[in-house]
Formats: sequence, structure tokens, C-alpha cells
Amino acid sequence: MRRPASAAAALLLCGCTGVQTPLDPAGEQAASIHTIWTLMLWVCGFFYVLVIAGLVWAIWRNRRVAGGAPQASTHDPGMERGLAIWSAMIFVGLTVLATWSFFVDRSLASTHEQNALHLRVTGYQWWWKVEYQEGPHPWWFETANEIHLPVGKTARIELESGDVIHSFWVPNLSGKMDLIPGRHNVLDVTPTRVGVYRGQCAEFCGFQHAHMALTVIVEPQARFDAWRLHQLQPASTPATPDAQFGQQVFQSRACGMCHTIAGTDAGGRMAPNLTHIASRPTIAAGTMPMSKGALAGWISDPQGIKPGSKMPDVPLTTTESSAVVAYLSSLQ
Amino acid sequence: MTRPPRKPRKPVASGAISDRVLEPAAEAELELTWKDPPGFWGWLVTTDHKRIARRYLVTAFLFFGLAGLGAVAMRLQLSKPENTLLSAARYNEIFTMHGTTMMFLFAVPIMEAVAVFLVPLMIGARALAFPRLNAFSYFVYLAGALTLWIGFILNIGPDVGWFAYTPLSGPEYSPGHRSDIWAQMITFTEIAALAVAVNLTTTIFKMRSPGMTLSRVPLFVWAMLITSIMTILALPAVMLASSLLMSDRLLATQFYNPAEGGDHILYQHLFWFFGHPEVYIIFLPGLAFVSSITATFSRRPVMGHIPMVLSQIAIGFLAFGLWVHHMFATGLPHLGDSFYTAASMAIALPSGVQIFCWIATLWAGKPVWKTPLLWVVGFIVTFVIGGLTGVMVASVPLDLQLHDTYFVVAHFHYVLIGGAVFPLFGAFQYWFPKFTGRLLSETAGKWQFWLFFIGFQLTFFPMHILGLLGMPRRVYTYPSGLGWEPYNQIATLGGVMLFTSVLIFVINVLVSLRRGALAGDNPWDGPTLEWATTSPPPPYNFMLTPVVDSREPLWEHREELPVMEGLSTAKREVLTSSPSEAEPISRQASPEPSIWPFLSAIATTIVLLGTIFSEWALVWGALPLGVVLTGWFWPKRPRAGGEAQ
Repeated sequence: MRRPASAAAALLLCGCTGVQTPLDPAGEQAASIHTIWTLMLWVCGFFYVLVIAGLVWAIWRNRRVAGGAPQASTHDPGMERGLAIWSAMIFVGLTVLATWSFFVDRSLASTHEQNALHLRVTGYQWWWKVEYQEGPHPWWFETANEIHLPVGKTARIELESGDVIHSFWVPNLSGKMDLIPGRHNVLDVTPTRVGVYRGQCAEFCGFQHAHMALTVIVEPQARFDAWRLHQLQPASTPATPDAQFGQQVFQSRACGMCHTIAGTDAGGRMAPNLTHIASRPTIAAGTMPMSKGALAGWISDPQGIKPGSKMPDVPLTTTESSAVVAYLSSLQ
Repeated sequence: MTRPPRKPRKPVASGAISDRVLEPAAEAELELTWKDPPGFWGWLVTTDHKRIARRYLVTAFLFFGLAGLGAVAMRLQLSKPENTLLSAARYNEIFTMHGTTMMFLFAVPIMEAVAVFLVPLMIGARALAFPRLNAFSYFVYLAGALTLWIGFILNIGPDVGWFAYTPLSGPEYSPGHRSDIWAQMITFTEIAALAVAVNLTTTIFKMRSPGMTLSRVPLFVWAMLITSIMTILALPAVMLASSLLMSDRLLATQFYNPAEGGDHILYQHLFWFFGHPEVYIIFLPGLAFVSSITATFSRRPVMGHIPMVLSQIAIGFLAFGLWVHHMFATGLPHLGDSFYTAASMAIALPSGVQIFCWIATLWAGKPVWKTPLLWVVGFIVTFVIGGLTGVMVASVPLDLQLHDTYFVVAHFHYVLIGGAVFPLFGAFQYWFPKFTGRLLSETAGKWQFWLFFIGFQLTFFPMHILGLLGMPRRVYTYPSGLGWEPYNQIATLGGVMLFTSVLIFVINVLVSLRRGALAGDNPWDGPTLEWATTSPPPPYNFMLTPVVDSREPLWEHREELPVMEGLSTAKREVLTSSPSEAEPISRQASPEPSIWPFLSAIATTIVLLGTIFSEWALVWGALPLGVVLTGWFWPKRPRAGGEAQ
């Protein structure tokens, strides 16, 4: 588990373009939207060239005849014909574009609900809660700021908000959809290519809107199943004395008031579930790549790294802090 | 009623009537009748549409500068990843102030200001229909603008975006008064804008010179008429949105609380039912400037007058049918969305028709390459890109990728700067002599144009690419490695060029005010009536009312413009006429200067500011408001000797 996670972190945070763009589709929905983009670019480009050509012609034609007495308004049948042809061209162009757009929209709306993977994503200021709701209830599990999807299978993502409006957007896979309090939106995503993609909140949601990203890892079914089985396990018991001390600190110093670690007394529901935090590629919703150093920094100074975040500064001694880091990074 | 005009004292280039005089005694009397009291008191009480328009122009332009400084700060912050120049909180405040100021304190007011100055002149009227209401509008607008910016300076300025979506702006997630200040600023500016719109609509329908039938109304005036009607229909929606928000925040109503049966989507519908027409309210006046400039400098009327007018009306209608394209990602029913796609795309047709007509005018005319015409060409090159990207984001599926990304930021800056600010700078260059009596420097104007044009493309074109590379809007910073750095750097460089260009404009204005060449009545040989009077015009606009028998009166009558007399010189009188045929109906008294509009604006300000802090302000604030309105509308005794003949 460790290796793909760090590879993902490297991809997402250390210099890889193309992981957050609609121009490189890796999902059925993004691919069909991309066809509209291509068509639009050609049609609109064609009209733009026509306009500029007309403008240049008009200017060039009159380059030697500047000024003079004003002319009277003339009736110019040629010009009227030109206007009629131009309007007809615009009409045809728009009809082609609107029709194509309509059919792509229909295709996005059609569902493959029969064998879809069911997920629920809930937006909070400023992180994503991800719940996998497959099979009977004991088989449900929760993670945060990361989504694993099996390639080639449609995932039906229910979108809800726990506070203000957010927008779920993983451009390589599909268009965006808002998460609105009091409303229930659904987005179908069918990944077609294995890879790691980045998504980001696309509706302004307050102070740290800029630091509300998530990672989507598209992998072969077998690998996804392995990941899922692992996620269903409770947290591993800390092995080293350092990590054991860290667990004590975690539970006695209010951390467990907000965070859940399955299999321990920590059961807070306000903040990301940390049961398998060390297997995730990033922390603080894509703010930093996962590493011991980043965890230490985040625990000691969350308000410095992500001002306004709901994670409070918890006063810890250096020993306590490094013990908590040891504990959390053991939660594979 | 019409009569052959007096012989001009000296020959004039084209039908100017400023040199044609009344009897000296009558002229002196007219001067005295329309004169404002001197000094600061005169500034407070004036009802002269030209003075009020000039102060509107200066104020709105100051706020353009402030919002532009905010833009420069944002561009510097985004010039590199993980920059720490601005904090998250400060950045969010600045982009909120930038958008709010540009939309509510700059774009709408400055377009109205140009209209307030020029519309009465173009239709040959002595004044606006409601001169005191006009004075009131300005003071209320100023109070709203100061509320917002003083709030910002005191660090209680809004930070929830110019759109202030609930629940982020609601009582739970925006404690304190930041959102209240935003909501009341809306009330201030919308009262002002509505009052101006009512004023312009009435003036255009009821006060046109004899003979200026609807078919002879200049394109400029048509555009301002349609804009005003759109304003009257669109602005109440945003006042409703913001007032319900205030009510949720202040009185614990639950309009936007889904747990109590409210709905956040309701806010978005109300906001965008205003918000989309708003774009056209800003952009149609831009078209008005383009039409005037194109005609004058192409030395011929704009091709296709009737298609032009019909296109503007079509834009006015369609603008109300496409607000939902701001809400495609909220999960509304798909079939419904498709109608809004169709309406949004359809608006490209009337826009395309107008582009054709302007290019055809240049083609068929004899263009003179003065600076205003350069702005028109810059407008076409820039605005058409914005229009085409508008067609792109009208498609529901494509919008789901582009919505709330930098692609949209690029799109609407191409539309709004390309479609409104390019024409506006052209308009400044073109009408500056009418506003002030002096010409702006052509050389400085050309420098300004080229810097602005290149700076604009550098700033905003890369933003299309940023959006396509996945950069969302309204982020105060971004991680490195997503390929966004080079485009952000180019945009920042362009932003600095834009700023320099505006600085050149300001210097050009300040220098030209003192040392610019004297313009004379009609420096560009323009065809419409504003050029028939002196520059700047006298308080009464025209000594004698022009009589119109064509769309280009000053081109039709190269020697002498037909005029009529009959309006009193001893008291303020205006001519009212019939709405479509502009047949003279009556002589109407026009109000004297008055302090009541200023006092009413103060009373309004007390109520609106008070409600930020307490609902009881509506009660006790009503008292001073009642007093000043009583004063304003107190019936006047007819003055001795002032009886209508």
C-alpha cells in the first residue's frame, strides 16, 4: 500500500502536469465532453477567422481614402444579401453546436445503475468525506480526500454538503457537480484509464477554498479489491513504544473528539477519519504530500499551514508530537 | 411653430446652433434662469444633468482605479505558486471587492453617467425628466460606494464573493457584519441605478425634440433606452435576493435555510435573474458608443439601422432567458437546462448581426483613424473572442468542465472589458471635448490604446489555457507542478501593462483639462445633436430647441439647423412630446436647484446603514425620511408672473 501512495504523492505534488485537466480525458464522461470542446474550437475558430478577415479587408480596402464629407445612408442590396447569408451561417453553426451538446448531455444523463459502485462524497470546509456504500452495512467504510476506483466500472457518486456549497470536480474523469446543503446530487463517473488524477473544489467555499483537493486513484479491479479489503480492517495496533505513547496522547489530548480511528476509542465525526491515514497520498486535503515531516508540521501548526482550518492548534511537547507522528504514520 | 432660424453671426462648419442667438436680453435671462447658485452650495443643490453626470463619471472612474489596484494585488499574489504576499482572508476580501466594485460601483454607474450626460443633448432636450431624482441617485450611489470601501478599510468588508452565495454569506457561516455591508451596498447602488433608469426611460420617451420620431432616434439613444428598461426589470431581483439575505441574517427568517423549508437555489435564481441581464446592461451602452464612433469616423451612418435596432431589442429580450447557464452544475433537470443552452447560444445571432453592420460600415465608409476608432477595432477583435467562448460555455456538458475555472474568468473579461471598457475609453476620447471643452491628446491616446490592447491580451488570453489546465477560480494560491506557473506569470505581466495604460489615460485627462486644444462645438464633425451646442454645453443645453427631420441632423443640415422657439426664458421649462412621433405636447416646468435630494439621500443612508445593526432602524429611520420626503414633495405656489401662457 505504501508504494502506490507515495508514487501518487509524487505525481500530484512534485511536478506532473496533466493530472487535473479536461484536455486529457481518462473517463467516458470527460471523453464525450471533450468531443464538444473539439467541435467548438473548430466552429468558433472558423467564425473568428471570418470576422477578422472581414475587418482586415474593410480596413485595407480604405487605406487611401480617409475622411471627407459624410456620405448619406445608402440602400445597398449587396450588403443586405451579405447580412442575410452571415445570419444564416451563424444560425447553422449554432444549430450544429446546440444539437451536439444536447446529445452529449443526454449521454451523460443515462445511467448504468445496475452494476455501479456506490459512493457518497460529502464536502466540508475544507475537506472531503468519502463513504463507500457497497453491499451490506458492515461492508461500508469511510476515508477522506482520496477515492479509489476500479477501471472500466461506473461509479455512482452521491454528493452532499455538510456546511456550505462545494463543487466536486475531477476534470480528467468528468465535469463538475455542486454539493449543496439540502440537496442531493448524483454524478456518474466511468474511468477508462489507470492513473492518478487530481480534483479540486470548484465553488468558492470560504477561507481555504484553495486547499480543498482530493486524489482519485484509478486502478485495476484486483488492486481495488485489495485496497478495499484493507480499508475494511480496523487500524493496526501500534507496535513500537513510541507509537503506543502516541496513541495515548491522541486519545487523551482531544484529537479523538473530532477524528475517528476504527478499532480505538477515538470516534469523533467532525473531521477526517484517520484509520488508514498513512496510506493516503496527501494530508490536509491535498495541501501537502504525505510524509512524517508533513504530519509533524501539520500537527504542530495547522493554522500556520492552512489558516482558518477547523483543526485547532493543540499544545503538545516535542516528545508528544513526535509520538503522535509515529502513531499516525503506523496507520497504514 | 418652426421658423426660419436667424442668420448665424459667423459661418459654421456644420449645422451648429450655438452661434445662433436670442435677443441679448432674452439670452441673459435664459442664462440666469438655468444658472446654479455659486460655490459648494451650488454643488449640493444642482440639478444640472451635465454636472451630475461629470461627478458620476469621476467617482465611478475612481472606483475603477481602486478595483484595478485590487486586481494588480491579486495578480502579484498569483504570479508564483504558494505565494504569501496576501493571506487567504485578505485575498478573499480583495477578489470580493474587485468584483463588487467593478460591477456595482464602476460598470453600471459609469455607463449611466455617460447616458445622463449625453441623452438629453442627443434628443435636443433642456434637461432630464426628473432632475432632482437624478441628483438623489448620485448621492445615494456615493453613500453606497463609501459604505463598501470604508467597511473594507475598517476590515469589516465583505469576503464572500461578489455573488455572496448562501449559506456561505448566511448567518451561520458569515458572522459579523461583512455580508450585511455587501447586502446594503446592493440596496444603495440599485436604488440609484433604478432611479437613473426610470429617469432615462421617461426622458427618451417623452422629451425628444419635435420631429425625432422613433425611426429617427440615434442608435446610441436606442441602446440606452433598452438598457434602462432592462435595468428596471432586472434590478429588483437582486434587491430581493439581498434583502431576503439581510432578513435571514437580521430577523432570523429562513428563506435560505433548507432545514426550515428554504432553499439555497432560490438565492441563485434571484441573483442570476439579475446577474445575467446585468452583463447586457453593461454591454449595450458599449454598443451605443461603438455605433456613434463608427458612424462619425467612417464618415457615414451605420449600415443597417433597422437590423441594428432590432438586434439590440432581441438582446434585451434574450438576456432574460439565460440566467440558468450560471447554474448548470447545481443539478437542475437536464431538459430544462437545454432551453437555457439554446437561449444562451441564440444571443450570438443578434450580436453577430451588429458586428457585421459595424464592419460593413467601415468597409463602405472612409474611415479616419483617430483614437476612438482604434478602440472600436480593438473592441471587435477582443469582444468577438469573448462572444465565441460564451457560445462554448452555453453548452451544458462543456460548461460542467469550464464553469468556475479561469476559462470563465477569461471569457467574461473578454466580454466585459472587450465589450464595455474598450468602447468606454473610445467614448472618453470621443466625447471628452463635449464634457470639458478640450480635446484629449491623440498621441497619449494612441499609446494608451496599444498598451491597453496588448496588456489586455497578455493578461486574459493565458487564462483560457489556465482554465483548460484545471485551475479553478477564486483560489488565493495554487501548488506548483500543475503547469500553471508560466501562464500566471504572463497574466501578471499583462496586468502591469494594463495598469500603466490606465495611468497614461489619467495623466492625459489631467493635462488635457488644462492644456488640451480647444474643441469647438463639433470637433469630429459628428452627426447627432450633442454636437450642435457649445462644448461644454450651457446649463440650458440649447438656446433654441432643434427640430429634427433625419437620423443625422447635423449631416443633413450642413449650414443651418432648423430650430423652434417658444420655451420660456424666464423660468425653467422643458418641452414634452409624444412617445413615438415626438410631436410637441406641452411646456412643462422643470425643477429649480434643491437641497432636498441631498437631504433625502442622507436620510436614506441613515436607514440603510442602521439596518446593518438593528431592525429597529427601519422604524426610527423612517422619521427623518418622512420629513425630507415631505419637504421634497411640498406643493409649490406658482411664482408671481410665472403663469403658463
